Amino acid sequence: MSHKVQENAEKANRWIGIRRGQTRRPLEWLAEKGILVVSFSTILMVLLIFIFVTKEALPIFFGTMNSAANQTILSVEEATKLKPEALREYLNLTQKEFADADAETRALLIEVRAEAAKDQSKDKDAKVNTTEWRYLLKAHQWTGYDKPEYIWQPVGDIHKYNIIPLLLGSLKVSLVALAFALPIALGAALYVSQLARPSTKEWLKPAIELLSGIPSVVLGFFALIVLASALQNIFGYQTRLNAFLAGLSLGLAVIPLVFSIAEDALTTVPASYMQAALALGSSKWQAAWHIILPAALPGVFAAAVLGFGRALGETMIVLMTSSASIMSFSLFDSARPITAAIAAELAEAVFGGHHYRILFMLGALLFSLTFVLNLLADLVISKLRNRLEGKK
Amino acid sequence: MSKVNKPFNSKSVDRWSVFFTGLSGACTYLIIAILFLIVGNIVWNGAPHFSLRFLTTGVDAGMFNVSQSGVFPMVVGTAARVFLMTIFVIPVGVITALYMTEYSKRNSVIIRLIRGAVNNLAGVPSIVFGLFGLGFFINFLGQNMDALMNPASAQAVWGKPSLLWASMTLAVMTLPVVIVATEESLKSIPPGLREASLALGATKLQTVVKIVLPQALPGILTGAILAISRAAGEVAPILFTGAAFSVQGLATGLTDQFMDLAYHVFILSTQSPNIEQTRPLLYATVMALLLLTFVVNIAAVIVRSRIRRRMRSFR
Repeated sequence: MSHKVQENAEKANRWIGIRRGQTRRPLEWLAEKGILVVSFSTILMVLLIFIFVTKEALPIFFGTMNSAANQTILSVEEATKLKPEALREYLNLTQKEFADADAETRALLIEVRAEAAKDQSKDKDAKVNTTEWRYLLKAHQWTGYDKPEYIWQPVGDIHKYNIIPLLLGSLKVSLVALAFALPIALGAALYVSQLARPSTKEWLKPAIELLSGIPSVVLGFFALIVLASALQNIFGYQTRLNAFLAGLSLGLAVIPLVFSIAEDALTTVPASYMQAALALGSSKWQAAWHIILPAALPGVFAAAVLGFGRALGETMIVLMTSSASIMSFSLFDSARPITAAIAAELAEAVFGGHHYRILFMLGALLFSLTFVLNLLADLVISKLRNRLEGKK
Repeated sequence: MSKVNKPFNSKSVDRWSVFFTGLSGACTYLIIAILFLIVGNIVWNGAPHFSLRFLTTGVDAGMFNVSQSGVFPMVVGTAARVFLMTIFVIPVGVITALYMTEYSKRNSVIIRLIRGAVNNLAGVPSIVFGLFGLGFFINFLGQNMDALMNPASAQAVWGKPSLLWASMTLAVMTLPVVIVATEESLKSIPPGLREASLALGATKLQTVVKIVLPQALPGILTGAILAISRAAGEVAPILFTGAAFSVQGLATGLTDQFMDLAYHVFILSTQSPNIEQTRPLLYATVMALLLLTFVVNIAAVIVRSRIRRRMRSFR
């Protein structure tokens, strides 16, 4: 019996590969490869995000989408001459629906289509394919307007998809957020990392980090229910939900992020810097401002960049504090950032339609923007670390 | 020049230094004050309506019925999606962190690529994760699964928003959190432990599974907690991937849509027919959400500070 047990143990050991002198270890090898494969999943995910968000937007990039309200109308004879794929697109059918329909049904559908086209709008803009890049980016003089304008108006007869108001909205709101959050967060980071007593620091840091634990939907709720009316009473502006309010509440989400990154950067500066400055007779503040801050400046810059990225990408706060998309540079007008547009409109957009595709295009744009910002911040932080550790 | 020539006097204090020290301190306490203002406002207004009955009843009496509606289905929905997410994200995150600290060479190309991907993933806007979940999980995976499993049926089973896809989307989003936390705790394990294990004849795999992983458990736990606290309050990623305005009964299957606490906060604060009247309901719901995330957060802070203390003692 014991012989058998020993044999089994030996077998197991051989499999794991811990017998003396044995170099082949199949299980080890397998586990190692498995771990390697799984650890690639992060890279895979980033690629998948890029591919699948962009994929849905490809027709916009290639300009193969047509959003014109008036489409060309074909008679039954003309339509039956079309290739099957072209006919399917003309009838707006899915592959399956098209395969299920016989020739008679198709002819009927073509007639229905022509019938519907009779009450087409007489508007000159109805022929315009609004998903073309020039309509997405440049001002256009729409019927009823007396000058070219930038308009995002995805509902109605003629869908106006100019993305400039959304970009401006994002920029306006994010800049307000940064202007509010940066000074406060940096001041706090300097104080906590260099000036506060260690015992105070012990509870200050987790307390500020707790602010980042508040879900953004709660911040949005707070902005909408409490801040909106309070700010309107103080400043007395017209529009209740405007870029200023959105930016300010967005700042609440940006503060803890900027604080923790800047605080990290300031803490990595060797303590000897501070000690040397103090020994030469400077005050603690002078040392912190003239010595520590310049040494950690790249890290502080990275904190600002990441804070900007966070502000651009934050959704719920701006969704709850923004309303109409207006092309205006004023802070006290309503603004609709990109993220708010996606969140608010995607559910109502027709699946696979032009509005849907344009929202995905905005998502891809947002992804690329934050990708670049992250890369920049990453680069700067690693440079800083190398410099402070004395590596070139 | 005069400044430099001034004789050193320990009692003289630079006035600007005092001013700016005070200013930066004021910034710090302003943040704390904002935190207290928000939490205080919510607790003050939410507590009167917050009760056991509120937590254990559903919305059968109507979404905006102040006196009879509760948040039970939302709490269950949130718990379910967060639980599923944890199951998906922990193995992948832990294995990635293991590879980065235990197996690969330091600063190899692969490591740099993975680290770049982790940093990038951490910075992707949450709404983009929502788009990704819709584009990849639902439109690609789900619809193809439908086409493979029952091509005859026109009814979408997998190719629609559901609990499964929402949790998977959240898992992708929280992957960096778990990886970073686990990595931090793996690095805090003294190399002597590994060396001792290897010297006694254990293989690499045995060392990792029996020595390193048990030591890293608190760190993995922190990662899980942080991921949960991040995911519990997120709405944007689940907007298109699973959360529903209203569902009959509780979400029981993977392919069900679900009601969600954080999403419910959004609904109550933006779609209420009479915001003044539904205010108590709204505040109590926010309080429930805040309570959930804060309890989880504080747990993370405690576990984390223990790890940091251990790390210091080994140095």
